[in-house]
Amino acid sequence: MSANAPTADLFRSERMRRRRIVNRLVEGAATAAALLAVALLIIVVSSVVRQGWAAINVDFFTKTPAIYTGFGPRPASGISSAIIGTLIIIGIALLMALPVGVLTAIYLNELAPRKLASVLTLAFDVLNGIPAIVLGIFVFIFVVVGHGQAAWKASFALAILMVPMIARSTQEVLALVPSSMREASLALGAAKWRTTLSVVLPQAVGGIVTGATLATARAAGETAPLLFTSALYSDSVSYDPRQPIASIPMFIFTSAEQADPVLHEQAWGAAAVLIGIILIASLIARWFADRSVRRLKGER
Amino acid sequence: MSVAQERATGPAALQRRGRFRPGDAILYVVTCAAALTGVVLLALITHEVLTQAWPAMQKFGLGFLTTQAWGDKGNTLFGAKSFIFGTVVTSLGALLLATPISLAIALFLSELAPRWIRAVVAPLVELLAAIPSVVLGLWGILVLGPFITGTLGPAIHGTLGWVPIFSTKPSVGSNMFAAILILTIMIIPIVSSICRELFVGVPAELKDGALALGATRWEVVRGVVFPYARAGIAAALILGLGRALGEAIAVTQVIGNRVAINTSLFDPGDTLASRIAGQYQGADTALQVASLVYLAVILLVFSLIANLAAQLIVRRVAGRHQV
Repeated sequence: MSANAPTADLFRSERMRRRRIVNRLVEGAATAAALLAVALLIIVVSSVVRQGWAAINVDFFTKTPAIYTGFGPRPASGISSAIIGTLIIIGIALLMALPVGVLTAIYLNELAPRKLASVLTLAFDVLNGIPAIVLGIFVFIFVVVGHGQAAWKASFALAILMVPMIARSTQEVLALVPSSMREASLALGAAKWRTTLSVVLPQAVGGIVTGATLATARAAGETAPLLFTSALYSDSVSYDPRQPIASIPMFIFTSAEQADPVLHEQAWGAAAVLIGIILIASLIARWFADRSVRRLKGER
Repeated sequence: MSVAQERATGPAALQRRGRFRPGDAILYVVTCAAALTGVVLLALITHEVLTQAWPAMQKFGLGFLTTQAWGDKGNTLFGAKSFIFGTVVTSLGALLLATPISLAIALFLSELAPRWIRAVVAPLVELLAAIPSVVLGLWGILVLGPFITGTLGPAIHGTLGWVPIFSTKPSVGSNMFAAILILTIMIIPIVSSICRELFVGVPAELKDGALALGATRWEVVRGVVFPYARAGIAAALILGLGRALGEAIAVTQVIGNRVAINTSLFDPGDTLASRIAGQYQGADTALQVASLVYLAVILLVFSLIANLAAQLIVRRVAGRHQV
């Protein structure tokens, strides 16, 4: 009888019961926290979509913001200038950041001595952590003071934000390219530059596209770098990057500050458009990432 | 050591015998120049910001940090005290709220969730990070603000009003409490996704060992997972803090932009980043511009310290694991 007793005791003891209860409580709390995060996302996105829906129609995409004087019917109003402006600003920023980011990754992964690579990577990581508003102030001091605002200056500020992200994700895929491919190419007598550009780099295209798309999505939503570089714009459609141009984030920011409920509705609409652009970009990026990683891993 | 030497001398010796390849030299120079942009930009940003802030630094000195003023005495007196207070209170408050939630999410995703739930929830949590701060700020003004004034604020004030930080009733939706909540939402996805990766990286044999000894799941987490990932968690929290310190847009939209130091979180305030953002429509005098950039200098110092600390911790941990 006494031989069986300890087993029964172990499972029924008060202490074990308490340990199990604590375990259950923590598991419950962790599950609740995950639900909370998902709920937050749903709450924010659904209030944007619900309230933005009212503003979104054809005029919203084709008209420029109209000023309502308070008399008569409201004129049709839209954010076409801001949509075009965001595309221009982001496009120029991508043109600036993509080559620098990719070349940086090539140097850090393929060419640099290890010590130097780790110092330079640290610099990019720290740069990545500098608040966007400080980057905006820097560009303001560097090229805006005395010369005036311009869309390309906003692009410059956004590009500083994008380079570390593009470099990082390019580096991650370059590291996945099997070294046997480099060795095979070098053994055939191809020069290092030839190997890098036509053997290694094509393998990494998926990762580069992913990084560039994610960086673009993030930059598209940034407002702080635009405040001091492309904020004093006119409401008409402009394609000239030497002038300040409207943008969706700036439109949301300035409209939200006003007391006019119709402007709030338009801000919700603009927010829905912005989130839509970012979500689509993120999905594309994720798809490319999955595909390229699968392909690189499969070839090993 | 001999391996390292071989690596250093082997290809170099070969190259000396081979012909000079201009393509290699060009690739090397061009990519190296690109890789130096990080260092160059860091130096340039620091230099430019310090130069532009110099007039204010000269005039106010370190007293700037302990002066509570913005444009007082006919636009000649500026100080950062209330903004530093607001920055510290809001970002630490957000970190305090976000830490347990983020750790719990990371634990759920790494230890508890079945595969298919993880595949759905993990990207959703990361999508939370993709919401632009200006949209969160808009939501903060128009949805969260009224909710705090109407429901949440009075409830908290009613039950916890004896605690100094809840001692006033929220009169307007713009207050430090709203800023803390918005910042919490912003840093949860950052901290939780880093922590999840850390927890997944804990060697299975350590966890299995603890389980085999009869530990419950929570005891495994407390006794094995947390200690193993401790340094990484610290780095993730510092990165989250850095993000909260530097957020300008969403905070300036909800915090009320008041030059004031209030104990109650339901009163308006302002942070460094938010004050800078609020002045975008132009500063009146050269001194005001210099003071504004002085704020950016303080912010830059905060964020450089936070980021360097986090990166050094990450590097030390990574180095330890490689050995």
